[in-house]
Amino acid sequence: MTDYKHVMNYGEIADGKIAAITKELLGGARKLADELGEELLIFFIGNNISEPAREAIAFGADKVYVADNPNLKQYHTEFYMAGAKAIIEKENPRFLLFGHSDMGADLGPRLAFRLNTVIATDCVELSVERDTKHLLRTKPVYGGLAMATYTSDDFPQMATVRPKSLTPAEQNGERKGDLIPLAIDFDISASPATILGKFTQEVEGVKLEDAEVIVSGGRGIGDPEGFKQLEEAAKFLKGAVGASRVACDNGWAPTTSQVGITGKIVAPQLYLAMGISGASQHMSGCSRSKKLVAINKDPAAAIFKQAQFGVVGDWKVILPAFIDKLKTLE
Amino acid sequence: MNIIVCIKEIADPEAPADSFRLDSEKKILACSPKVLRVINPFDEQAVEAALRIKDTIGAKVTALALGKGLDRVVVKKPLFMGADELILLEDEAFSDGDSWSTVNALAAAIRKIGNYDLILCGRQAADWNAGQVGSGIAEILGLPSVTVARKIEITDGKAKVERVTADGYETVEVKLPSVITVSNEIGQARYPAIQNIRTANKIQPVIWKPSDIGLDPSTVGGKGRRLKILKLFQPVTEGTCEIMQGETPQEMAENLALTLRKEKIL
Repeated sequence: MTDYKHVMNYGEIADGKIAAITKELLGGARKLADELGEELLIFFIGNNISEPAREAIAFGADKVYVADNPNLKQYHTEFYMAGAKAIIEKENPRFLLFGHSDMGADLGPRLAFRLNTVIATDCVELSVERDTKHLLRTKPVYGGLAMATYTSDDFPQMATVRPKSLTPAEQNGERKGDLIPLAIDFDISASPATILGKFTQEVEGVKLEDAEVIVSGGRGIGDPEGFKQLEEAAKFLKGAVGASRVACDNGWAPTTSQVGITGKIVAPQLYLAMGISGASQHMSGCSRSKKLVAINKDPAAAIFKQAQFGVVGDWKVILPAFIDKLKTLE
Repeated sequence: MNIIVCIKEIADPEAPADSFRLDSEKKILACSPKVLRVINPFDEQAVEAALRIKDTIGAKVTALALGKGLDRVVVKKPLFMGADELILLEDEAFSDGDSWSTVNALAAAIRKIGNYDLILCGRQAADWNAGQVGSGIAEILGLPSVTVARKIEITDGKAKVERVTADGYETVEVKLPSVITVSNEIGQARYPAIQNIRTANKIQPVIWKPSDIGLDPSTVGGKGRRLKILKLFQPVTEGTCEIMQGETPQEMAENLALTLRKEKIL
C-alpha cells in the first residue's frame, strides 16, 4: 500500500522568475500542507531554471525538485509527463496541484490518467475535508452558471487551479528548504511530437492579465474599427483591451484578448464592458474585477445584474464622451 | 484516412441563464423543455476540422456519441454536415459519467472501431467544463495528444497543428495516429448542406451497449465515476447596479466619469 503524504505543486518559471500562478499555488498549498501537518513540495521542469526555482523556498516550499535539461527548454507534453511522473513517484504526494495554465491544462489531465487517478480542472477553491483528509475541489461548471465541489478516493488527489483564485504566497528570505536536482533521461528520437515554432502576439502597453484597467468589447462593438476606439481608450486609461469570445471569433480582436472561461481570467481594479451581454462564460473570466462598469443598449442585458455601475446606451457615443469628460477632470 | 470525432449532446449553452434551475438533490442544472439540445459547440468544431481534412485529402469521418436517449436530430447533424458514419454508445449505463468513466467507454469503442488515423475531440464540454476526455483517450490508447488546436494540416502521415497559447500559438508536428482536441479559434463549423441530405438520411447509426465494447456497466457512466460531486450550488450575486442618469447619452457618460472619479476608481 502506497503511503501518500505531502502536498506537491507543479512550478512554472516565466520571464526568468517564478510565475504569478506558481506564487498563488504556493500560497494556497502552504495552507493545505499546514492543515495536514505535512510538507509542501514543488517541482520545476525546464532548462536553466534552477536559480529562479530556488526562490520557491522563500515562497513557502520545503523541497524544490528541479529537472533541468536542454531538451526540456520548451514545453513538450511527453517529455514533461515523463519528468513529472518520475518526480511524483519519488514522493507519492497526497495532493498534486497544477496551475490551470497552458502547461497545466495540458499536463494535468493526461498525467491523472497516467497515474490512474482523477483530477478536477480549473478549480477556484481547495480545502481539506476534516474527517477523510480528502481534497475538496470547487470549480465553475455549466459555463460559470454553477459551482461544483468534487471529491475522490483516488491518490494522488489532483487539481488544476484557476489563475487569480488563490492568495499568492509572500516572500520570506529567512525560510529554509532543500533544492534537489533530478537527472531525467530522454530519447528525443523516440518522441512522436516535435515543436516547430512559436508565434507571440504583439502587445502594446500592459498585458491583459496584469492590467489594472481593462476596456473590453463584445458583440456590440461590431467591427475591428470599433476595437481601435477601445484601444485608444485603454491607452489613455493606461490599461489593456479585452474581448468576448464572439468578438474574437469574428476577427474583430486578437484571440489573445479573449476574456472568459476558455480565455484569460482577469481581476483588474476596473473592468469596462462595452456591448457585452453578460453571458456566464464571459463573466466567469472577469467576475473577480473589483469594479465592473457595463455600457449596453439593452437595459435587460444580464451584465447589469453583475455590474456596479451602468450606462444604458450606445457605447459609440458613451465611450468618447466618458473619456473626454475624464480628460477635463485631470 | 480514417478520422473519429467524439461528440457530446448537451443543453444549449447559449440558452438564457434563467432557463437553468439548480436541482441540488440530483446535482445538476435542470433546464426548461424549451432549451434546445445541441452538439457541444467545441465538438461541432472538431467535426468541422475533420471535414476540412476530408475536403482536402479525403477521409472517412466517423462521429462517435455517448449518452442515453440521444436526440437523433442532434447526433445525426455531423452526417448532414458531411460525415460518413455515426456510432452511438447509447444506454442508461453510459450516462452521468465523469471524465474517467466517459474515457473508459469511448476508448473501448475506438478500439472496437479499430481502424483510425486521427481522433478529434472538442477541448471541453460546455456543461461540465472538465477538458479531459481528449487527453484521457490518448493516454488509455497510448497515443500522442495535442490539445487546443486552432489549425490542423495533414501531410505524410503527420499532423501539423497550431495550438493556442496564452500569448499566441505554437506549431507542433505529431505522428499519426494521435488525438487532437479542437478550440473555437479553428473557426465556424459549417451548416448542414442540402447535398448531404439524401446520403445522410440513408445512414443508420450503429448502436453499442457496454457489452458490445467489452465493458461491465459498472465501469462506465455514473456507476464508474471516480470523481464525485459532493455538491452543486449557485453563488448568490449581491449588490445593485447604479445606472447613470441623464437627459442625453452625453450627460450619462459625463456622470459616469464623475462617479468613477468620486469613488476614486479612476
